[in-house]
Amino acid sequence: MGNASSMLTQYDIEEVQEHCHYLFSQQEIVALYNRFCQLDRSAKGFISSEEFLSIPEFSLNPLSQRLLKMVDGLNFKEFVAFLSAFSPLATVPQKIELIFKVYDVDGKGRVTFKDLMEVLGDLTGSFMSEEQREKVLSRVLEEAGYSRDSPLLLEDFMKVLCKPGMTMEVEVPVD
Amino acid sequence: MAGLGSSSSEMDLDRLNIEEYLTVESIRESPRKLHLRDLLDISPTLKEAAGAIVDDSFTRCFKSNPPEPWNWNVYLFPLWCLGVVIRYGILFPLRVTILAAGWIAFFSAFLPVHFLLGDHNKLRQKVERKLVEMICSVFVASWTGVIKYHGPRPSIRPQQVFVANHTSMIDFIILEQMTAFAVIMQKHPGWVGFIQKTILESVGCIWFNRTESKDREIVARKLREHTQGVDKNPVLIFPEGTCVNNHYTVMFKKGAFELGCAVCPVAIKYNKIFVDAFWNSKKQSFTMHLVQLMTSWAVVCDVWYLEPQYIRPGETPIEFAERVRDMISIRAGLKKVPWDGYLKYFRPSPKLIERKQQIFAESVLQRLEEK
Repeated sequence: MGNASSMLTQYDIEEVQEHCHYLFSQQEIVALYNRFCQLDRSAKGFISSEEFLSIPEFSLNPLSQRLLKMVDGLNFKEFVAFLSAFSPLATVPQKIELIFKVYDVDGKGRVTFKDLMEVLGDLTGSFMSEEQREKVLSRVLEEAGYSRDSPLLLEDFMKVLCKPGMTMEVEVPVD
Repeated sequence: MAGLGSSSSEMDLDRLNIEEYLTVESIRESPRKLHLRDLLDISPTLKEAAGAIVDDSFTRCFKSNPPEPWNWNVYLFPLWCLGVVIRYGILFPLRVTILAAGWIAFFSAFLPVHFLLGDHNKLRQKVERKLVEMICSVFVASWTGVIKYHGPRPSIRPQQVFVANHTSMIDFIILEQMTAFAVIMQKHPGWVGFIQKTILESVGCIWFNRTESKDREIVARKLREHTQGVDKNPVLIFPEGTCVNNHYTVMFKKGAFELGCAVCPVAIKYNKIFVDAFWNSKKQSFTMHLVQLMTSWAVVCDVWYLEPQYIRPGETPIEFAERVRDMISIRAGLKKVPWDGYLKYFRPSPKLIERKQQIFAESVLQRLEEK
């Protein structure tokens, strides 16, 4: 791919950095650009689902299909913005926001019982039946003071998940 | 571990991969009561996914690192231009001529011998062997190959196979110029396939097709027959099954290691000083790859013939394969990764996702019972 930072101008880097709320350093953005170009084999400007699935580790992840809906077709700026929740500088609320978006993959602004069932289904596969999943989810929702009929909002997620020491970080390898 | 009753080597390779991916999070601590928080918190899984997107050890194996440009200077740039002129204008035509002359000489000797002398004629086998070695030397000369061989040269004996790490199809040519091996190769289309069919058959090469699943048994059978033959050319196998970028080794397929004969490891390391010999088959055709080599100054590499290894009592073929991979990786200075090279062409088996799902499901159900 050649010397990638020559294809990415200083102006581009700053624009991307601003878009991701300065959660990545300029060096990390250059490294991510190299990675983006490596994955986007046909230089289309975005990474297709097939190209994501050619990463064996990603393809083995139980949530890969759900995540693909979020990352398929993103351009580089949006790609970095997606990954910014995983930066060590990201706050816990920013991380929880990403988790909310993974549940609410169609972007309606609320997470329904159906969404919860789908994610639990991805995580447990054929090792739990639909009824078992329904039972588990209904019980834990009730115990936390929610009902399965009213959808969860972002502030509910914040309340339930906000605990110090929640790490969801990746390190961008900078050469 | 469930699901390992199957005898196919794919499953056995998967088993080693599983161990890499049962991360600490999946080994649960003693069960506590289940809360909403535990089900909503998918952060470990997301972290793994994002980690894979940002960097993964598999893609790294196939990354061709472009050389740093050094010609940005007032005096370096004209020097580089001069170099380009010499390489493309003088060396390249010269090399093409040598190659053409070599092929003509080869065919004028090969064709008569092949058609006039009968099959299984000792003289014909000897001549064909020497001719193949000769044309490979011509190829090596056409890239100005500077190749240092270390260790005792392979000898023609029964009950032995040679295994080597794989970077490009030129590995085969480099090894073949020293000894006419019978190689196990992927069937290629185009002019390479033509050469495979006509010339290489005569030294006993065996073809396979990655995409045909039944193929594996046929190849295994042919292989076994060949190693038992007395005056057949020694067999060369590239157990990685695909070209890797010469900084890493991917997992070795166990086929070469369960034949019950000696395994002689060969380590190959290219020096990237003038050209990167890694053939990225997704990016370049073999013809373009050869042209790239022929327009570079030289191909520099080291070949080490290592001590023949035998399977130890109580060692499984996979452990044997790993042990030999260790030897080759250490000798050639390559890093090992726990991936199957075929993941370049096929998706990982869903059994691995199922394993993770099973662990999580069981933990949830167990904790549900806790009060």
